[in-house]
Amino acid sequence: MPQKDMTVGRPRRHLLRGITDTNLLMSITIIVFIIMYLYAIFGLGEGFLKAQTFFNMLNANAALIILACGMTLVMITGGIDISVGGMAALVSMSSAVYLDKHSGSVFGAMMISLGIGLAFGLIQGFLVAYLDIQPFIVTLAGMFFARGMTTIVNANPFNVQNRAFVKLKETRITVPGMGSVNKRGIYIDAYIEIGVIVALIVVAALFLFLKWTKTGRNFYAVGGNKQSALMLGINVKRTTFLAYLMCGILGGIGGFVYFMHVGSGSASHATGAEMNAIASSIIGGTMLTGGVGNIVGTLFGVLSLALIQNIVSSVGLTDAWWTGITNASMLCIFLVVQSIIIARRKKANLSAAKSMEAKGVKK
Amino acid sequence: MTAGTKGAEKSSFLASIIKKQIFIPIAALLILAIFNLIMDPSFFKITLGHNSEGHPVLSGNLISIIDYGSELAILAIGMTLVTAASRGQDISVGAAIAISGSVVLRVLCGTNSRPETLQAPIIVAFLISCLVAMAFGAFNGALVSIFKIQPMVATLILFTAGRSIAAWINNNELPVVNDKTFTYFGGYIPGIPIPTPFFIAIVCFIVTWLVLKFTNLGLYVQAVGINEKTSRLNGLNPAFIKFITYVILGLCVAVAGFIKVSRLSTINYSVVAKDIEMDAILAVALGGNSLSGGKFNISASILGAYVIQFLTTTLYKFNVQSDALPAYKAVVVILLVILSAPIVREKMAALFKNLRSPVNAESKS
Amino acid sequence: MQERSLLEMRGIYKSFPGVKALRNVDFTLREGEIHALMGENGAGKSTLIKVLTGVHIKDSGDIFIKGQSGAVRIHSPQDAQDLGISTVYQEISLCPNLSVAENIFLGRGKSGLVNWRNMNRQAGKLLDSLGIAVKPTQQLASCSIAVQQMVAIARAVDMECSVLILDEPTSSLDESEVEKLFMLMRQLKERGVGIIFVTHFLDQVYEVCDRITVLRDGQLVGEYEIENLPRVQLVSKMLGKELDDMADIKNDIPVFSEKDKGYVYEAEGLCSSEGIKPFNFNIRKGEVNGFTGLLGSGRSECVRAIFGADRVTGGKVKINGREVKINKPIDAMKNGIAYLPEDRKRDGIVGDLSVRDNIILALQVKKGFFKPFTKAEATKFAEEYIKLLDIKTASVNTPIKSLSGGNQQKVILGRWLLTHPEYLILDEPTRGIDVGTKVDIQKLVLKLASEGMSITFISSETDEMLRTCSRLLVMRDRKLVGELTGDELTQATIMNTIAGGEQE
Repeated sequence: MPQKDMTVGRPRRHLLRGITDTNLLMSITIIVFIIMYLYAIFGLGEGFLKAQTFFNMLNANAALIILACGMTLVMITGGIDISVGGMAALVSMSSAVYLDKHSGSVFGAMMISLGIGLAFGLIQGFLVAYLDIQPFIVTLAGMFFARGMTTIVNANPFNVQNRAFVKLKETRITVPGMGSVNKRGIYIDAYIEIGVIVALIVVAALFLFLKWTKTGRNFYAVGGNKQSALMLGINVKRTTFLAYLMCGILGGIGGFVYFMHVGSGSASHATGAEMNAIASSIIGGTMLTGGVGNIVGTLFGVLSLALIQNIVSSVGLTDAWWTGITNASMLCIFLVVQSIIIARRKKANLSAAKSMEAKGVKK
Repeated sequence: MTAGTKGAEKSSFLASIIKKQIFIPIAALLILAIFNLIMDPSFFKITLGHNSEGHPVLSGNLISIIDYGSELAILAIGMTLVTAASRGQDISVGAAIAISGSVVLRVLCGTNSRPETLQAPIIVAFLISCLVAMAFGAFNGALVSIFKIQPMVATLILFTAGRSIAAWINNNELPVVNDKTFTYFGGYIPGIPIPTPFFIAIVCFIVTWLVLKFTNLGLYVQAVGINEKTSRLNGLNPAFIKFITYVILGLCVAVAGFIKVSRLSTINYSVVAKDIEMDAILAVALGGNSLSGGKFNISASILGAYVIQFLTTTLYKFNVQSDALPAYKAVVVILLVILSAPIVREKMAALFKNLRSPVNAESKS
Repeated sequence: MQERSLLEMRGIYKSFPGVKALRNVDFTLREGEIHALMGENGAGKSTLIKVLTGVHIKDSGDIFIKGQSGAVRIHSPQDAQDLGISTVYQEISLCPNLSVAENIFLGRGKSGLVNWRNMNRQAGKLLDSLGIAVKPTQQLASCSIAVQQMVAIARAVDMECSVLILDEPTSSLDESEVEKLFMLMRQLKERGVGIIFVTHFLDQVYEVCDRITVLRDGQLVGEYEIENLPRVQLVSKMLGKELDDMADIKNDIPVFSEKDKGYVYEAEGLCSSEGIKPFNFNIRKGEVNGFTGLLGSGRSECVRAIFGADRVTGGKVKINGREVKINKPIDAMKNGIAYLPEDRKRDGIVGDLSVRDNIILALQVKKGFFKPFTKAEATKFAEEYIKLLDIKTASVNTPIKSLSGGNQQKVILGRWLLTHPEYLILDEPTRGIDVGTKVDIQKLVLKLASEGMSITFISSETDEMLRTCSRLLVMRDRKLVGELTGDELTQATIMNTIAGGEQE
């Protein structure tokens, strides 16, 4: 009988012990999102029931989704990249200047965007992974460099007139069967922008990458415990480098998607996007300490931020500052919750270990 | 043989100078000064003129450096302490300046955004803004010390929300103070040709010096930053000490914010103290302080702050737009951190050894 | 290479700044044997293991592995894995955020994709075959430490290694788990795997091992067949004392009897978060006593509990007969207790600060935030103790990290003496310092005691303890197992009490 009791490791005490940190934090986000949406539908009116309301959230945040995905990758490895907003602004401005002032092609602009992202990724990745410099400092400098460069490329904001680009920008993809009838009784198709398709492809690709490839799993290992990852035979430096490189490239893609959405170049574009990207990742269940996170969670993180802004403005708090304050409070709450959850889990594990020891003594 | 020893002596003398922490900002200052001297000696010209009210004022690039460098130097004091104790930086100082400046205006103007007379004494407004800024510092400090969130990420919260909170305090209006005395703090006191912010900064330095002299703040902060475990075993409370440094930074923010609003008698929430967090961090780094905490030298940071203002003024002189400044400064930061990265240092030391050893071998033979 | 040997390490040297960790060490592992690697703290076991696993790169020497022509090159853990060397470390080196199955298969295999179903199935099979009751999909962090350790072993076993290194794997396992582990080790031995087993539990060594290699001070003491090396001899080899020269060093330390002066410090049922069994302890004015036991026996944890360095979880404490609460170091300091920690680098020095600041730190903290010493006062204190303890430093401004280990230790000692404690705890004050300094410190301890200070002294070197202590408390397995006074204070009794079990 006592022998049977000795089976070790069965989840007994802690109800949540069977679930991984990643899934636990992500489920919290998704549940919170659904509750908020239900509240919006029942408490704030029919507007939220329309599919287009939801699609508009996607349209407005496609670029943020891509940037946040890159951020999530880096954060899973235990780092951070706050240059993504600056990168988006630089990409927008460079593409705009190339299209209008040098009458370039849309394809060329895309290449420029990718190139900028690639360059940032390579340099920042090298500095962080191989020279072992604090990621925050490196990417803080990256952010200021990008913002400054944007002004140097072109100081004044302007709207892009390039025909091919404007056509691309205004392309709307109809989602069949999701339309709604407006006040005059005319049926209007629901639509999404091209950027949303790109964003969803990125989400899907990265989800698969993180879940099904060894390199993806190595990201988690490095973030979970660098030393252990090294001992387990993982090339930690290369993995870290890759994370920043991918984040840089996604910054380039996200920047172009942002550009497609706004259709202009300006030094003040994407201000605070890095913040929103970090906030989305954290709200989506990515741990700052690394090793925990999920791309689907990040998608819901972005949508949660968008939804809460919608709700705040529907409630009547239309002033601009509410956006900053709600974002920050949400970030703050999730950070503190994470900190508490992790502390409690550590304690639970410790006491489990203790009880094992105590049992050993009794015998 | 003799030549060899002489060379060694010389290099050790040089090395001892280079090892002094304050060498870095001084060297940077000299490079900038020489650069300007070569490019345009008139950079250093100071003229005595009169302002619109007929009071004597000094003007010139050097004056504007000590004038506009004041807020930065004051912030550098707090930032140095925070860096030393918590091994990270507070990136919310710009946003926090917006808040404390907004509080000052709110108290001075009351509910009316353009009052004829002040609604409260200036000193009351200043003290209230100090309390508010310290409360926000305490918020950051609590996140860092109690919840153990990395400093830069913890302060990201206030970085996001700060300017919005500042706008909210004044209902998004832009109050204008219509009072001459109030402008003295960010401008000139009648009869004194040197800008007041410089005096305020000097008062702050003296207070800091006194605090460091008459309390154990310096020792405790360094001990906690260098070795938290040892500090605990020697009876310190590392969490509390980290917390305190954030509160002190809050106080510095309040003073800097007060100068900022006094300069304009009003505030622009999204522009005031923009990018100042970058400059403050840069000042700490340029002062030769390790950004990963530990030993610190506040005077070097203060000097670093003025060097940065020097750099900014120089860049302006070459018609660099203010929005483009960050790009140049970012390059400086990256160069600094690369040069101070342990890996790079090791490599360079090894390289020097290799360069030197053939010489030694020759001299021996 | 000799026949049947799987692994040979020849003439291994490895030094770290200031320390020669390994000097000319040889090690041979044969097919199908369990080989214990023994030695006290700082003997070089861990360094040898880390050289073998590629965590450290050796300075010189050769490593030969069966099936490889010539000396092999091991520069990273990956190299070691490729050569069939698997390791289970003392601190669990797995990723707590991943599932059990992932931890088993991470960093292995050629394919770039993860086949979850296959992986979980294989992991399940493996865990079943080893009798580890855990779901492959469970997150590692949610398993107990013991299970995590078993998972690490499962991973090593599954890697088809020829050399398996177990670096103190049993410290967190209970008896039945240890049994399970031993069964597993014997199974592997049958298959011809060579196992290097590092542990400080002597019982376990004698239960499973075939051979023992003993290291001391970074040098090889010898390789022995288990039958030819009785327990007491093993202990004597580890501690560096031949049984023959264990003639008792008679000394004139006063022995206290029940009626002597009152207790300075008394503890009843004290225990801390570090898992020591509740223990009773006391010390009289002017007494020198000591905790002894092998590394990991809990001797340091006991004194840490006394000082409040670890979280105290229970027990009553009296200072001079008055009940007090000591929950954190400052409480202890205010009650006149001083503690020189075992790990100088981690817990003792404040590396970048000057010798002066390091000396005055504790007194300064005790004195209060608003009462700093002037620079002159601080320099005076520092110079006083630099002279008293003969600390070799260029000046009081020199950063402590640039001093040698022995001088760093003296600085820390000076720091605590400056607080004029009633009760001084010295945890391994003489480790890693030269003989002259060791003697100085011993003399100082006796002198301080004669002046009325109570001192608890911990050392790995028994003769040091014999020379200074009038009472020894013996620890084994995180438990207080004996108290020796008077005539019992001989090398032989101490070793027998430490070794426990059968007596030779």
